[in-house]
Amino acid sequence: MIDKLSWITVYPEIVLLIMACVIALVDLGVKTPHRTVTHVLTLLTLAVVAVMEASYALGGQTFYGFGNMVVSDPMGGWLKCFATVSLMITLVYGRPYAADRDMLRGGEFFTLSLFALLGIFVMISGHNFLVLYMGLELLTLSSYALVALRRDNATATEAAMKYFVLGALASGFLLYGLSMLYGATGSLDLNEVFNAIASRQVKHQVLVFGLVFIVSGLAFKLGAVPFHMWLPDVYQGAPTAITLLIGGAPQLAAFAICIRLLVEGLLPLAIDWQQMLALMAIGSLLIGNLAAIAQSNLKRMLAFSTISQMGFLLLGLLSGVVNGNQINAESAYSAAMFYVITYVLTTLGAFGIIMLLARAGHESEEITDLAGLNQRSPLYAGVMAIAMFSLAGLPPLVGFYAKLAVLQPLISSQQTSYLLLALFAVMMSLVGAFYYLRVVKVMYFDAPHAHNAQPISAPADARVVLAINGALILLLGIAPGGLMTLCTQSISSIVNSLGS
Amino acid sequence: MGLLSLAIWTPIIFGVVLLALGRDEQARSVRWIALIGAVVSFLVTLPLYEGFQLGTSAMQFVEKGPWIQRFNVNYHLGVDGISFWFVLLTAFINVVVIIASWEAITTRVNQYMASFLILSGLMIGVFAALDGLLFYVFFEATLIPMYLIIGIWGGPNKIYAAFKFFLYTLLGSLLLLVALIFLYNKSGGSFDILTWHKLPLGSTVQTLLFFAFFAAFAVKVPMWPVHTWLPDVHVEAPTGGSAVLAAIMLKLGAYGFLRFSMPIAPDATHEWAWLMIGLSLIAVVYVGLVALVQQDMKKLVAYSSVAHMGFVSLGFFIFSDIGVSGGIVQMIAHGFVSGAMFLCIGVLYDRVHSREIASYGGVVNTMPKFAAFALLFAMANCGLPGTAGFVGEWMVILGAVKANFWMGAAAATALIFGAAYTLWMFKRVYLGPVANEDVKGLSDINSREFLTLALLAIAVLYMGIYPKPFTDVMDTSVADLLKHVAASKLN
Repeated sequence: MIDKLSWITVYPEIVLLIMACVIALVDLGVKTPHRTVTHVLTLLTLAVVAVMEASYALGGQTFYGFGNMVVSDPMGGWLKCFATVSLMITLVYGRPYAADRDMLRGGEFFTLSLFALLGIFVMISGHNFLVLYMGLELLTLSSYALVALRRDNATATEAAMKYFVLGALASGFLLYGLSMLYGATGSLDLNEVFNAIASRQVKHQVLVFGLVFIVSGLAFKLGAVPFHMWLPDVYQGAPTAITLLIGGAPQLAAFAICIRLLVEGLLPLAIDWQQMLALMAIGSLLIGNLAAIAQSNLKRMLAFSTISQMGFLLLGLLSGVVNGNQINAESAYSAAMFYVITYVLTTLGAFGIIMLLARAGHESEEITDLAGLNQRSPLYAGVMAIAMFSLAGLPPLVGFYAKLAVLQPLISSQQTSYLLLALFAVMMSLVGAFYYLRVVKVMYFDAPHAHNAQPISAPADARVVLAINGALILLLGIAPGGLMTLCTQSISSIVNSLGS
Repeated sequence: MGLLSLAIWTPIIFGVVLLALGRDEQARSVRWIALIGAVVSFLVTLPLYEGFQLGTSAMQFVEKGPWIQRFNVNYHLGVDGISFWFVLLTAFINVVVIIASWEAITTRVNQYMASFLILSGLMIGVFAALDGLLFYVFFEATLIPMYLIIGIWGGPNKIYAAFKFFLYTLLGSLLLLVALIFLYNKSGGSFDILTWHKLPLGSTVQTLLFFAFFAAFAVKVPMWPVHTWLPDVHVEAPTGGSAVLAAIMLKLGAYGFLRFSMPIAPDATHEWAWLMIGLSLIAVVYVGLVALVQQDMKKLVAYSSVAHMGFVSLGFFIFSDIGVSGGIVQMIAHGFVSGAMFLCIGVLYDRVHSREIASYGGVVNTMPKFAAFALLFAMANCGLPGTAGFVGEWMVILGAVKANFWMGAAAATALIFGAAYTLWMFKRVYLGPVANEDVKGLSDINSREFLTLALLAIAVLYMGIYPKPFTDVMDTSVADLLKHVAASKLN
């Protein structure tokens, strides 16, 4: 059964696994407080893996391996490539921050990150209920440990506890739903499940019952209302480097698992899950945006902003099938993919700033800590302003095209309910503009506080990466065509091969 | 690279360079680079005037290339007789504003100058864009530099003003975005504005589109009753910001009516013309009265702007050649005059740091040269024949009287109110004996201020005495637009 082709699908994962173990061993001999050797080795590994994934994705072919348990397709390739790059950026931003907070005493920061990334990879390439679930567990278990990395810090420990309890519950939900579907369709393979449901031989009630649990589990992972409770607490409580680790690359995996499960596996049930997603989207947009206004803590505000952004992402996922017609599927799902990629890029910039402004003994996570940032460092203020305007969806920044791409299939569906949903989303982004603008206001219009007057010292590598990050948000806004085409091509290869 | 691209990107590139390299320690060279950038940006628009073909309503200097293929969005630029003058006007006002801000701005000079340069490029982009999405991107992007200009260099209540400006106008434009996506789908996947002009649309759809456009453009103009952001913003904005806002940004809204509302939804435009005319007349008469009682000079000029823009929208919605042309001429004239009025207030504010009318009196005694300029602009603001202000108002009133005598009569009262509030302000600020120590200590305008005001004075007089070049350019395009709007698009 296992032929040579099977191995091709998982070469990057194998490299990652081996290197994670090697780095864990090498790290035993590293004595420097900043763990430079481990850091460089990790970045090199990631760079190699990113190049491998990009070359897979550029090949544009779809391979199935190990009896259809895993798949390597363009969407997976690109998402894995971007996840790897975003982990690299996270590590560059996060290392000085982590070193100042005693988190680099051992090499776990690096090893666990690599294992989390491996989990992300498995989630993205899984084509089988159990494989997907295993990937999810590998990611979340690594994340729990990462959040608890500052074990003598009370808020971090509390956040880890909350994350673990609620995350375990969500995994339970998902597993329970998957087992229901397995019972009903008799298969764990996504294609076989798809065909079984499409044949209409399976009892609908059972499927929908299982579906409810699956959607709840996914919503937990995405942080969509009403399963969003963990997100603000964890974002705020976790050390910022870890917040970015769980708020960046894993979002790409959450999107991928949604596509794998809901589209590749359960598209014949679209009419059922689209309704659920619609309600969650409305709730996320409403609660995320309104609650963000009231926050004074920047990380918490960004957490609520994430909830609202996930609402927008759900809008993309729910407009694929209209009246049983899949004509919108390609534009809707590719819009969602574009949305999540650009969201991660923007989040990296925003949290990167928070981390670089933090010093030993000072977290710099209140919005007022940014006061007068423009006078202290026009570069940082510029990047943060670009990130905020992009999250608010203002042209010519990339966030605008993401929202445009998501709204277009909603409006083209010609359904009144979808049109109203689009109007609602648009009005909510006006509310969103207010709190993003407030950050810009604090940075540009207010004077710096006396206790923040000293110059900002950040390592050169982080500064350069930050400048590139900000420039990318702007440049992708001026020329978004390439990334959009890439998303469309990735999704169309999935949509065209559904059920086969 | 085409001429329009040059006009758009030259100031933006200068702005980005200033942002990247400028330091406050080198404020002097920053100012000079900004001035060079503005002048070069203005010079590159002049070949447009040379090359513009009269007697055709087709788009000229067209540039077209794919931009976002996924949505079939093109980088499509072009100007016709309607948009042509605004490209030049924007570049011209930018030069004036940069000279005017020479000494008033001392902190973060590079960011200030860069904001204006980038803003100017973006606004030219709005006037030149022939692709709906490109238009929207430029239209919305102008909010960012303006928000920063108000918020960083504004007055004591600047934060309130910056937020009000941003959120108020964003609310309108978001509905525009929904309308644009709707049209994209309706036209089978095209963002081309000229394609939309030919697209047949049902009556309900047209009405919805008309009001979505209305939300975006009426707020920007601003029309009564959504004008309330303008006085607040003008009062707090720095002088240069006020001048650009009044001179150019308000025109983006009026231009939107001509480029979107009227040709895309002609039947709805006819159906709702009564409403637009009504709102315009309220703006002209009622807001004119409101201006009369203002204590703050900037507020007074802000309300006067609303009243003058009422003339513009009135001219558009009476559907006659002379009305629409008059509206466009009024837009250009108001660009010069309101810009000049705000710069005059800026000259006084730089010296006395007060905008209250009551803080002044007898300025003519200490600043005779300046008072002469101020008198000229005040006269232009109330529409004295021989100044730019007269031409447009006269054409609009003529058109209104032709359409309906009482409408014309109501519009004509604006000339009385305009004269009343402008000249009364002039009398209280400039005439009479020296009122206080502040005024006594005033020094007359220096050569830099003289230059800015002289540039605008020449423009105001030239346009008032010989408006033919302005109307010649727009005649054919306006006639064609009206022919287009007269034909029903219902199917």
